[in-house]
Amino acid sequence: MSKQAPVHQGRLKTPFYSRLEKLDFVNEWHQWKGYSSADSLYCSDTEYFAIRNATAVFDLTPMTKYRISGPDALDYLNRLVTRDMAKIKPGRVAYAVWCDDQGQVIDDGTIFHLHEGEYRLCSQERHFAWLKAAAIGFDVSITHETDDIAALAVQGPTSFSTLSNMGLDGLADLKPFGLTHVDFQGSELMISRTGFTGDLGYELWIDPDKAEALWDALFEAGKLYGIRAIGTDALELSRIEAGFLAAYMEFLPADETVRTGRSRSPLELGLEWLVDFKKPNFNGRRALAEEKRKGSTWRLVKLDIEGNKTAHHSYIFGQQKTSKPAIGFITSAAWSPVCKQNIALGTVRAPHGMPGDTVWVEIYYQREMHWNRQMARATVVDKPFWFPPRRGATPPGRF
Amino acid sequence: MTDQYDAIIVGAGHNGLVCSALLARAGKRVLVLEANEQVGGAAITREFTDGYSVSACAHLLYQLQPAVRKDLKLSPRMACENMTTIALGENGKHLRIDDKRIVGVNKEDADHYREFRKRMTRFSDLLRKFLNKPPPRLGTKSFKDLATLAQLGLDLRMLGKDEMRAFLRLIGMNIYDEVTERFEHPLLRGAISLDAVLGTHLGPRSPNTIMTYLYRQSGDHGRSGIPAGGMGSVSNELAHVARSEGATIRTGIAVKRIIVENGRVTGVETETGDRFDSFTVISNADPKRTIMDLVGVKHVETGFTRRIQNLRAKGNAAKLHLALDGLPDFEGLSRKDHAGRLLIAPDENYVERAFNPAKYGESSPAPVIELTFPSLRDETMAPTGKHVMSAVVQYAPYDLKGGWTDEAKAGFEQVVVDTIARYAPDIASRITASELLTPVDIEREFHISGGHWHHAELTLDQFMFVRPVSSSAQYSMPVEGLYLCGAGTHPGGGISGAAGRNAARTILGREKAA
Repeated sequence: MSKQAPVHQGRLKTPFYSRLEKLDFVNEWHQWKGYSSADSLYCSDTEYFAIRNATAVFDLTPMTKYRISGPDALDYLNRLVTRDMAKIKPGRVAYAVWCDDQGQVIDDGTIFHLHEGEYRLCSQERHFAWLKAAAIGFDVSITHETDDIAALAVQGPTSFSTLSNMGLDGLADLKPFGLTHVDFQGSELMISRTGFTGDLGYELWIDPDKAEALWDALFEAGKLYGIRAIGTDALELSRIEAGFLAAYMEFLPADETVRTGRSRSPLELGLEWLVDFKKPNFNGRRALAEEKRKGSTWRLVKLDIEGNKTAHHSYIFGQQKTSKPAIGFITSAAWSPVCKQNIALGTVRAPHGMPGDTVWVEIYYQREMHWNRQMARATVVDKPFWFPPRRGATPPGRF
Repeated sequence: MTDQYDAIIVGAGHNGLVCSALLARAGKRVLVLEANEQVGGAAITREFTDGYSVSACAHLLYQLQPAVRKDLKLSPRMACENMTTIALGENGKHLRIDDKRIVGVNKEDADHYREFRKRMTRFSDLLRKFLNKPPPRLGTKSFKDLATLAQLGLDLRMLGKDEMRAFLRLIGMNIYDEVTERFEHPLLRGAISLDAVLGTHLGPRSPNTIMTYLYRQSGDHGRSGIPAGGMGSVSNELAHVARSEGATIRTGIAVKRIIVENGRVTGVETETGDRFDSFTVISNADPKRTIMDLVGVKHVETGFTRRIQNLRAKGNAAKLHLALDGLPDFEGLSRKDHAGRLLIAPDENYVERAFNPAKYGESSPAPVIELTFPSLRDETMAPTGKHVMSAVVQYAPYDLKGGWTDEAKAGFEQVVVDTIARYAPDIASRITASELLTPVDIEREFHISGGHWHHAELTLDQFMFVRPVSSSAQYSMPVEGLYLCGAGTHPGGGISGAAGRNAARTILGREKAA
């Protein structure tokens, strides 16, 4: 019954590795779900500016991908995630979050309605055991297809121009969170208007055999549009600017936590808009309804912090500079070049952290070996730090 | 057809009947729907061949809780009471064990047995207190839960420091260690081992078989009896009580599904398409069948589904019924002795060895057997001068390799008869008809997933606070208005009525609180 499966030794290389390797000057790589993934290829600052000013290309092949299909696929997803998937028609993509029975977030991700009744679920972490458990009693098939699909994020203001220049049709009408299938050299290329940068951008999905050809065509077309391959450092900065959550940063997957109270509910992560209590049942519904009645413990905040010292790992204090004890802590922080702001995401105890509230952030920074401490005033903001009109414009502008 | 009830109970097993009687007494409009033609679930009497009747599944009454007897004023008429247990030995050298003394062992064993009984009685009395109330929820601030928990702790502490320690030490231990440490006589070791594992998928060396032994003692300190007219008469009495309290009981109506609308229960639909409405549905069926088949996983959450799916509930006890043209001649037994409870479990290793093949999906080549001849004291069970034998036989695993084909059944039946023939050589010549019920047959006839006595294995990871599964151990299921009241809930199976009574009290208590 069991066939000898080939065992990969060491890190896997994505189908784009041969191309990335040629562009790599700094040799800074990390491991992402078994694959080598670049931190940066040349200079993360330059790469970041490709996202905001030109076209940035990021290899997201290692991102976890599951194919979900079968007669009960919709019912299955509707129980799995908190939002109403019946509203997501074929050709649309949904950002979604899924919880355990206690209403604690296991992960967030995107669900692509590829064709009628056929879906792809993408997330940072692996969830096969949970997805299989959720399939008990449903006529649905779940296939782990991470290795079967090569994927690229093509992000930035000139991404539309680059892709159009490649001769890809139908992109002008593609709205945010839309997807389309086009032909690329005889293979099906799926293009979705999605991304993790908060900017105009697309993601391309193709058979690994066509990966290199796709890369070459893309870079050829983008030559005059400032196309540049990027690593995760640049992506991470743009992610914080967009106010997006990351697993192991803003929350821990609930099934990975050991101590009680270390996981987060969608309500605590500012994702109430994703929780549809009109659905009679979904994982976590009872617990979340109870939480809504009683009030949440935590609240995710976006902070605009005075000064220019990045608030990595800082404690957050209440309204007064001298308020004690701490009400929370920073989960992600950065100096935003495009916003010219000292920004951060954090988690604070409710009812603290309402938009407009002032809080204080205790920042430690090092200058020539010596540590300095600064109490910085911060304002809780409601909107993403970076949300340019081009992100939502259809058709997108030709920059 | 639709009809509105205060509560609908799916299944007229003895727990369902107890629950219905208590709810009806509290003024509820209760409907009980039973798929089979008779009430009682696995507690019924039926003819298995012309003129011969038998308690089709449960055949001894030893666990009916005093609290249930008292609440419902039950007084089942008994054909045999306080039966002597006879551990069958080679060459007619048997042990006769009753609740006070034991004949056939040396003085040391007799003393040790007295001591052992004393302690087991004390512990089973404590356990009985736990069994007759809903287990408290852990980690809540509800006063009732905390009070129950405190009471449990106090009851435990009242044993005294040493005995409390002994209780906590023994409850997770196996019976094998206990009997080999205490007793010399192999038959005594075997008999106690058998009592600890009967009806479970456990051997005497499996963990927590002292707990299952105590569980067996928790009704009437292990004293067993045979109701006059078989176990069905207990169910009929329960149904009579329920009806006189005002409950409606309808048989021959199989529930196809429990209807859930907008996250709450609204009624049931029968196989024939009829619908009965109620905002409270109480399932006497096992947890798996209730959730996976009747409710549907679409209406519950993933973690809960997974726990229910993973419940261990595969039966390992078969039932053999023989029609005999006369009493078989056991060496060293008088006619009167046949009214006892005869055990074939020559020693503790025999019992463990009988269990070994079951782990790998095979039936025991040398099974352990509990034999009774209910017709001896009850003429209604067999034609005059003839007799029936009712035996529980282990081990006959639910998922037998190759399945329980007619051939496999015939083969196993032969093994059982041959095993009995070692003590009663003429048995085969007296058989005029027979019926073997494997766990698969029990599943089919009584609609119990896995054909397990207890609906879910009686082990510490499925006991008390976590029975049937953690976070749902208080009879109420995670769908509004849905409850369980069967053996799969706390405390477990056996004709005890505790689960049904606890469930009814939980439901009524909730209403009061609301």
